[in-house]
Amino acid sequence: MTDISYKITQMKSWLAAYDGPDISVMEVCGSHTAAISKYGISGLLSPKLHLISGPGCPVCVTPTGYIDRLIGLSMEADTTVVTFGDLIRVPGREKSLAEAKGEGASVVMVYSPMDILRLAKEKPAQHFVFAAVGFETTAPVYAMLMEQLVEEQIANVQLLTALKTMPPVIRWLCEHSGKIDGFLAPGHVAAVTGAELFIPLAKRYQMPFGVAGFGAEELLLAVYGTFRAVQQYRECGMAPTVKNYYPSVVTAQGNPCAKVLVEKYFEPCDALWRGIGVIEGSGRRLKSEYAGFDAGSELLMEDHKKNQACRCDQILMGRALPGDCPLFGTGCTPLHPQGACMVSEEGSCHQYLMFHRTR
Amino acid sequence: MCVALPGKVVEIYEKDALVDFNGNRVRAIAGLVPIAVGDYVLVHAGCILQKLSAGEAQDMIDLFEELEDAQ
Repeated sequence: MTDISYKITQMKSWLAAYDGPDISVMEVCGSHTAAISKYGISGLLSPKLHLISGPGCPVCVTPTGYIDRLIGLSMEADTTVVTFGDLIRVPGREKSLAEAKGEGASVVMVYSPMDILRLAKEKPAQHFVFAAVGFETTAPVYAMLMEQLVEEQIANVQLLTALKTMPPVIRWLCEHSGKIDGFLAPGHVAAVTGAELFIPLAKRYQMPFGVAGFGAEELLLAVYGTFRAVQQYRECGMAPTVKNYYPSVVTAQGNPCAKVLVEKYFEPCDALWRGIGVIEGSGRRLKSEYAGFDAGSELLMEDHKKNQACRCDQILMGRALPGDCPLFGTGCTPLHPQGACMVSEEGSCHQYLMFHRTR
Repeated sequence: MCVALPGKVVEIYEKDALVDFNGNRVRAIAGLVPIAVGDYVLVHAGCILQKLSAGEAQDMIDLFEELEDAQ
């Protein structure tokens, strides 16, 4: 047996055999939720070890008022809404962008926000609005877009922003959810911000943070390491810390150039999280000197459930599992989603249903 | 949504670069990190976010051993 496969076997044995007090680790990032399902990692865990999905899928935490505003813009005669594919089926108060498109609204899906430059140049008389959602990973891409818009003086492009940042929501979770013992920190957020972003949180809340990658082995290592760190803290008082399990991509400081560029165009603001409410300082908006590029992001403070039985809010906060929702798999399915967690491929409900996960 | 993929830089142009993902070649915006032809980079939403360091498998063994030593 090679060195690496022997170590993987050792990790799997420990995860399966653990019989101490219960440990709950939250994976904040939606891509981690998806990878944990895909690699069957939740199935390797002893009944005493719990992985809980958190609010780190940007699509799942975008409030209905934002979707409704995008729909309104897409129905205007001279306006096209440009978006990532993830967002198009998310329900607003009454319908989704996809349904609006079916009724004749102008909605275009792209792979990169930079694609809007080509669209804007091809149709200079048309007004293009990019649905700028995302966390720290995506913010530098919007900053790069802003560089081009400013440099080339492109006047027919605006952003409707619902940008979010990780530390305030993690702080909020630590203070409002009693059952989290540690976190799997989002690897691609950390690629930009650096692993150091999580150090103040680990110190303040005395919880380990494992910066995790997305491959099977590296994710397993981070899961194992983070559960072990909780155990070692409980048994030996070893101070919880931030551990970088994704060193091929993540450094301590991240990408300084990307951070500077984001600071150039954006500033912190309070943000509304779908089903959760407003979390102070948890968003980013365009600075006032670039207000001309903002399509009215500030006024979007409405959030309404499409279906009152939907429990996406409790699921996003780690208080309920998808199977606890009365609509799960019956009234709410990927084809007819009631809440955002079922729409997004990285949403907890979508993942639990598609992979028959019960835990 | 924070999906990002590693690829290899094949050519560099003025503001972007051609990145090879297992034979599928895509142009990605450059400028956030210094790159050279042959580098492995992380691409998210059409933008090069970070340069990758080599030796992933060895990193993993080292990390595992650090964990065991800490007991």
